[in-house]
Amino acid sequence: MDYIALTTGFLIILGGLWALLSHKNLIRIIIGFSLFDTGTHVVIVAFSYIRNRTAPILDQTIAIDGAATRITDPVPQALVLTAIVIGLGVTALMLAFAMKMHKDKGTLDVGAFSDQKN
Amino acid sequence: MRNLLILVLLAAFGLMLYPIISEFSPNEGLSKVSEYYATPANVATINAANLVTAVVVTYRGLDTLGEVTILFLSAAIISFFIKAKESKRKLRANSEILITASRLLLPIIIMLGVYIFINGHLTPGGGFQGGSVIASAVILLILAFPEKPVNRKFLDFLESLSGSVYVAIAAMGAVVGLGFLDTTILPKGSFGHLVSAGAIPIIYSFIGLKVGAELSNILSQFRSVQSE
Repeated sequence: MDYIALTTGFLIILGGLWALLSHKNLIRIIIGFSLFDTGTHVVIVAFSYIRNRTAPILDQTIAIDGAATRITDPVPQALVLTAIVIGLGVTALMLAFAMKMHKDKGTLDVGAFSDQKN
Repeated sequence: MRNLLILVLLAAFGLMLYPIISEFSPNEGLSKVSEYYATPANVATINAANLVTAVVVTYRGLDTLGEVTILFLSAAIISFFIKAKESKRKLRANSEILITASRLLLPIIIMLGVYIFINGHLTPGGGFQGGSVIASAVILLILAFPEKPVNRKFLDFLESLSGSVYVAIAAMGAVVGLGFLDTTILPKGSFGHLVSAGAIPIIYSFIGLKVGAELSNILSQFRSVQSE
């Protein structure tokens, strides 16, 4: 178990996929999407980790000189920040859609919307 | 049968992912790009203590502009979908604990959000995080005082104002400085202090205001159709 964060991220992805596939309630499917999303974020951050290094924030303990040998990679973290915000927007949109669908049929069961498939 | 199929699919997917873990070896050093960002000369040019913020606001500033646009777009689509018609709802009176506690906590939570986005270039945090904290204060407000209407005009105004100021500052970089989103157009200040990093704290504060207003707007829209 060398890479706990990486393994956890993949497990969260699998959990999200399971929730996506096995549930019929729209809200639970949306939760599955969010889990999948979160798992990928954890995996990306775990990939950028470098042993024995610290967060890319410079202060008294990490001088500017030689910072490149003491910090982890800031770029994937910035990318994940972007991804989190976009995931939030997508989740809000999905919830709005779910609400609209509930208003149409009075149920959140995916099976009731099979007439919209084609 | 269905469950078995799902299990098989999950197992296959897990098997596909397994080599990524088993054959993964961590990086020995920074990638070329990050090393360029972390060289003393470049750190001194941007002058932000938090390198992630430097990457988000300066080096990959266009990404952040696109991100803000996506958030705006989803807020706009949601308000298009949800026609707000305020209908009176019969509500059970909130408990005294919730009301008193939220009276006490609301200003503190908003202050924490503002602190997070003003110090985005020094400590972990920034515009998006601070804005989300402010939106959480709005959730508390909606829960504790459901009768109180949220001033959506003000939120819209705040959102468009901060979005415009963000783009204006970014465009000023193209006029005065080296290019679009150049944050070194303002005095650098001293490294590690509140007034440093040129235009980064200003840009991030406006992003924080914009995100806070946008998320509050989405939340209040979801609330207005709760009665259905």
